[in-house]
Amino acid sequence: MLERVGNSAVELLGSIGEASLFALKAAREVFVPPFEVRETIRQVYELGLRSAPLIAVSGVAVGVVLSMHTRASLERFGAESMIPAGLAIALVRETGPLTAGLLLSGRIGAGIGAELGAMRVTEQIDALEASAVDSFRYLVVTRVIACVVALPILTTIMNFTGMLGGFIAETAANGMPLGLYFRRAFSLVDMTDYVPATLKTMVFGFIIATTSSYLGFNTVSGTEGVGRASTKAVVFSSILIILANVLLVRLIFFAFPETAGG
Amino acid sequence: MAQQAAAVRLEHVTKSFGSRRVLDDVSFEVPSGSGFVILGRSGTGKSVTLRHIISLIQPDRGRVFVGGDEISTLIGAELSRVRRKIGFLFQNAALFDSITVGENVAFPMRRHTKMNDQEIRKRALDRLEAVGLEHEYDKMPADLSGGMRKRAGLARAMALDPEILLVDEPSAGLDPITADEIDELLLDRKQRAGVTLIVVTHNIPSARRLGDELAMLHDGRIIARGPAAELDGSDDPLVRAFMTSQHAG
Repeated sequence: MLERVGNSAVELLGSIGEASLFALKAAREVFVPPFEVRETIRQVYELGLRSAPLIAVSGVAVGVVLSMHTRASLERFGAESMIPAGLAIALVRETGPLTAGLLLSGRIGAGIGAELGAMRVTEQIDALEASAVDSFRYLVVTRVIACVVALPILTTIMNFTGMLGGFIAETAANGMPLGLYFRRAFSLVDMTDYVPATLKTMVFGFIIATTSSYLGFNTVSGTEGVGRASTKAVVFSSILIILANVLLVRLIFFAFPETAGG
Repeated sequence: MAQQAAAVRLEHVTKSFGSRRVLDDVSFEVPSGSGFVILGRSGTGKSVTLRHIISLIQPDRGRVFVGGDEISTLIGAELSRVRRKIGFLFQNAALFDSITVGENVAFPMRRHTKMNDQEIRKRALDRLEAVGLEHEYDKMPADLSGGMRKRAGLARAMALDPEILLVDEPSAGLDPITADEIDELLLDRKQRAGVTLIVVTHNIPSARRLGDELAMLHDGRIIARGPAAELDGSDDPLVRAFMTSQHAG
């Protein structure tokens, strides 16, 4: 029994070490030419642009719900006029980046895990290598760049559609005009709120791409393994994003003390 | 006196996966322009041997040479240079399923030549025509039958006019007519373009057609090697049983 636990622990540590080396290799190779420009652009389209509808629709829904909750709380203090600004700060600083990261770990993480897993079990990755193509650079590095580029853009879309959702809720509740809503929304938000919180999603993109690529690249056991790789990609990416978010928020508060509200 | 390099040479190659030894001190050499067929029961290390030759797997011990290059020690651009001399037809073709059949064949040309789009399309069509698939250029691999996929895989393997063709089970899962057609295509490349063929198969009639020399692997070791006629007269009951089998894929 004890031996089994010990073996599992050693295996887990080995996998963590392997995954870390995989991620380090990806980070290094991003800056090493030759660059797979064509494939990277294709991945930005596939992983980024094609995720925009999911992010936009989710953003509106999150905005509506947040606005309704905020209204319920602030009404008691007669502070309804603060709803747009409160919503904007919540979205830009935390809700937008984290929700976008988690949603995309589902869509992109599952996609990369399943695609690379299927390529592994059908020997397509070996076929790339046999065609004298560096499969790591072609499949992993391009996806890492695409995710790191796409996440901040998609987060920005989430922030704006979230505010739009907030406006829909507000105008339905009290007929607030669009201009007034956005003037109030941006009255308390500045670049120190937007830039660090949005740039931290580059780390989320790196986590999603490297975690799901690692799992896809190391898929075994046929189609069952592909399913497992896809599920694990979502689970591990989500957990790592949530953990990384704690560290990154702490780092942002350290670098930009004014955002801590102290 | 300088010795002319063989197209492929394995020296004392040993490979284990976990506790299981798959190749055990395997050595052979394949002269340029000849056909070399690796026979053996399932799981005896035939495909693993092919994968060593293109360095998809590295040996635990021993050395693998392609021409004068020890491919098992190469990495990066040097490995890529040597791999470009080799075409590999995988057992299940391993076509890239996100691009069309034509783009599969064009893929190595886009990566490794300076040809423009028109030239690449023309050459890809030529390769597809050679395997009777010129009308399938714009189809997706999923829309092809097993035999067509294999022929498309062969067209891709021949895209860069390789000096060496590695072929894993060319007739597996195919009807006898399609299997014969693939054999004919391989023979044509060998005879007309001087391509070195290294083929893994269970199919004895196919092995007799393609191989100037046959090698039989058993438990990771070569237990018999020579022209088909020599193996026909082997004292080893396993070799004799294999050679008299008419199994066709």
